Amino acid sequence: MSALYKISVTVNGERREHEVEPRLLLSDFLRHDLGLTGTHVGCEHGVCGACTVLLNGEPVRSCIMLAVQADDHAVTTVEALAPGPEELHPLQQAFWECHGLQCGFCTPGFLMTLVPFLEENPDPSEAEIRQAISGNLCRCTGYQHIVDAVLLAAQRRRPAE
Amino acid sequence: MKPAPFEYQAPGSLEAALDLLAHHGEEAKLLAGGQSLIPVMNFRLAQPSLLIDLNKLAELDFIRPGEDGGLRIGALTRQRRLEREPLVAERAPLLREAVPFIAHPQIRNRGTVGGSLAHADPAAELPAVAVALGARFRLQSARGERWVNAKDFFAGLFYTLLEPDEMLVEVDLPPLPPRSGWAFLEIARRHGDYAQAGVAAVVSLDGAGRCREARLVYLSAGDTPVEAREAAGMLAGGDLSPEAIGAAAQKASRDEMDPAGDIHSTAEFKRHLVRVLTKRALLRAVERAREVSR
Repeated sequence: MSALYKISVTVNGERREHEVEPRLLLSDFLRHDLGLTGTHVGCEHGVCGACTVLLNGEPVRSCIMLAVQADDHAVTTVEALAPGPEELHPLQQAFWECHGLQCGFCTPGFLMTLVPFLEENPDPSEAEIRQAISGNLCRCTGYQHIVDAVLLAAQRRRPAE
Repeated sequence: MKPAPFEYQAPGSLEAALDLLAHHGEEAKLLAGGQSLIPVMNFRLAQPSLLIDLNKLAELDFIRPGEDGGLRIGALTRQRRLEREPLVAERAPLLREAVPFIAHPQIRNRGTVGGSLAHADPAAELPAVAVALGARFRLQSARGERWVNAKDFFAGLFYTLLEPDEMLVEVDLPPLPPRSGWAFLEIARRHGDYAQAGVAAVVSLDGAGRCREARLVYLSAGDTPVEAREAAGMLAGGDLSPEAIGAAAQKASRDEMDPAGDIHSTAEFKRHLVRVLTKRALLRAVERAREVSR
């Protein structure tokens, strides 16, 4: 075992200090060390997008980043989206209503990809949405209901005309 | 936890990083964006004994105007920044056009310019664009520095002129010649996947509106970025008519590359894609060149 490194990461607004091996992946740090199992691990080599989290507000794949590299940075996981236990984030609500998920394994990755996407592009076309989710694999929905959910969430974000 | 154990260093200065590389170059790996390196470490296909993390080297994260009207880009610049920085669209529009084809936003947020170039994947966008633009790379080591041309840098499959103690630290993109148009096109089965075929094209006109020079560089067409010099030479001095463009596309796809077939596309299909993409890219580049010449 190699030496341990002390890291300090702000996760969902809370400062977390841990000692980690340098080879610990950020995804495993979140799941195993912090118990934040909302971040899912699918392919573990950067293809499926299930492990997407925000690093300083930008979506990244946590399975191809080392936990030591998050030292002194801010990480946001799917656990931070819902405002409370009885309430969903508007995008989660739209996924729920449009059947944007079946088994739900890929959903955290889709959400963490799409939340910043909608911030940057509040009125996306269907083609832009499909391009935005091209780095996330879903084996259940065929993507159509996911696209519907994003369109619904985007529509609700706009002020009423 | 998947990668094999390794020793980890995150030097705070370029000098310290080059020092580490001078002492451990053979067994060390440089970690920039990690979007190619960490996956192969997860598979344990790569098991470096020392990982030199470059992410603290803020001095290598920059996009600056070059004195010649071109662009200087630090090796640690994230690919995502190329999309957002107005200076890139203004001074290297071909590069700006190519960047959205690099994988997905999640990858571009981490992936770096220098990392992609030094990795030298022939299916990657940045190496082909660098060759098409006549880029030069600054390679630095504890021994000193040297500049090499992009077209010489890519020496083989995932293989470059970099010595074990050297690091690619900066990219110099010269400005396009006057009256130039450009186009970047690629085809993949899904947006962001590796290209089945792709082309970076630059066309420059003379004062009379004829072709002064053309450059055609392909990705996913061989072991390195592949330049179609003969096809480009056929265009020089000509009127860039659709017929001339068709003949050049035919030449490039038939005689100037040897693409390997894979699970998604046979070599023959790739040649077909190259022919079609070359035509489309040249037509677009010529149209843009004529627009700026007006």
